[in-house]
Amino acid sequence: MDLKGLYREIVNEHNLNPVHKKEMTDYDLELRGVNPSCGDDITLRLKVKDGVVADASFTGEGCAISQASCDMMCDQIIGLQTEEALSRAELFHGMIRGEVTDEDALEPLDEAASLQDIAHMPARVKCAMLGWRTMKELLT
Amino acid sequence: MDVSLIRKDFPILRDHPEVIYFDNAATAQRPACVTEAVRAFYDETNANPLRGLYDWSIGATARYEAAREVTASLIGASRPEEIIFTRNTTESLNLVARTQGMERIGEGDEIVISVTEHHSDILPWQILCKKKGATLVWMEPDEEGYITKEEYTSKITKKTKIVAIGHVSNVLGVMQPVKEIAAHAHECGAIVVVDGAQAVPHTEVDVKDLDADFYAFSGHKLMGPFGIGVLYGKYALLEETEPFLTGGEMIEYVTRTEATWAEIPHKFEAGTVNAAGACGMAEAIRYLQGIGFEAVRTQEETLTRRLMEGMRRLPYIRIYGAKDPASHHGIVTFTMEGVHPHDISSVLNEDKVCVRAGHHCAQPLMQFLKVGSTARASLYFYNTEDEVDRFLMHLEGVRKVMGF
Repeated sequence: MDLKGLYREIVNEHNLNPVHKKEMTDYDLELRGVNPSCGDDITLRLKVKDGVVADASFTGEGCAISQASCDMMCDQIIGLQTEEALSRAELFHGMIRGEVTDEDALEPLDEAASLQDIAHMPARVKCAMLGWRTMKELLT
Repeated sequence: MDVSLIRKDFPILRDHPEVIYFDNAATAQRPACVTEAVRAFYDETNANPLRGLYDWSIGATARYEAAREVTASLIGASRPEEIIFTRNTTESLNLVARTQGMERIGEGDEIVISVTEHHSDILPWQILCKKKGATLVWMEPDEEGYITKEEYTSKITKKTKIVAIGHVSNVLGVMQPVKEIAAHAHECGAIVVVDGAQAVPHTEVDVKDLDADFYAFSGHKLMGPFGIGVLYGKYALLEETEPFLTGGEMIEYVTRTEATWAEIPHKFEAGTVNAAGACGMAEAIRYLQGIGFEAVRTQEETLTRRLMEGMRRLPYIRIYGAKDPASHHGIVTFTMEGVHPHDISSVLNEDKVCVRAGHHCAQPLMQFLKVGSTARASLYFYNTEDEVDRFLMHLEGVRKVMGF
């Protein structure tokens, strides 16, 4: 998919109407993630109960890809064991680096797999990675 | 000026009419005569200049020193020795900070800079202040981006030892009143260092008229090769300044314990120099002088006016800086409501439009303007009205692609 198609079909919805972009008060973990060169600047907050990500949300600002990717990530990891969330982050990273391309292998990423074509847009890789990278730092 | 003819001088523009290159403030395109001058240096008289006693080295030296004379003439230097070749503006400014700056600044002194500066005219002074226990004093611009008389006379005082100011802002495009600032700074006993990277490609600069003590610029922004830049310094100041880098070809005499320095400018050009780059830049200067600054200005103003008028018709676009297009030196920095600048740039790239997005190496200015980042279209004399019209159409397209 080209970039315009990616925006129209996937990114815009999450960017303009993000479900998980909101203030959260009863969180357990909080971390700021920044892409200094772009100005992407998010704060990710997680509620973790018995080793499970009970809730996830973020605030901040950035480009559409960083915001949409983070929203999709929150959607994805809620309800997962922290180890599972971390292994999803690895899988997503592998996809964005272009190392994992097999459709079946990417299936666990669900909607986030629709960002696969970012792998061909080197200027936008770190935008897509921001939320996942921050989550990984937060849980390790 | 017939722009369609001029574009034939630039292989990359001639071969890619579909690309709209509006990132000229980052680097300009090169006419064929510039790359040809670099090739000619290597193919016709390549040897290490300033050293060899044989014809090729003598020829290389002659071309290198001729480039210095052309560069001196561009900015009205009194003599070629006042031109020091560096890698770029950044290196030139660091050179001043690490030499004159280290000697001149002491605890409690003040260095005055502007919020509108590029990081390369901030960090050398910020670091110098930290090292010496000096204070960095910031001048703030008015709503159009200008440093007013009230502002510079209140910030530049008897405590000020150095004033560093960008001639033309790389974000707002406005030209600061450097001559007036320099006059006041000199009355206070300070020296004036000017970052001219965005001025020299667009307008006549006369360092004597400005009374700048140091003036820095880059070759690549005026169509020269990458990796060659300039530091102009007043002769007497350069004479009293200690060397920056030390090593080959900048000495007079070396013993096991002592060294004496070569005459200026060689005292500041340690190691093998970028002679081919200097020759390429000299050719770019000749090309620019052939076009003429009057023609450059006329074309840039025509295009900037058309661009800003078109953008003002789009209610979701905000333009930063001066209202008058003639004050922009081809630079139009903007934001689009609801759309991050990186998305603007990425979507425009799909339509083969090149603009910069981000903080433009001017984060204190972004903080002052209260924006995280902006998009910037920057024009040069070889851009066309047709490109401006296509750009405006694509800009409207961005808005739609982003779901508005």
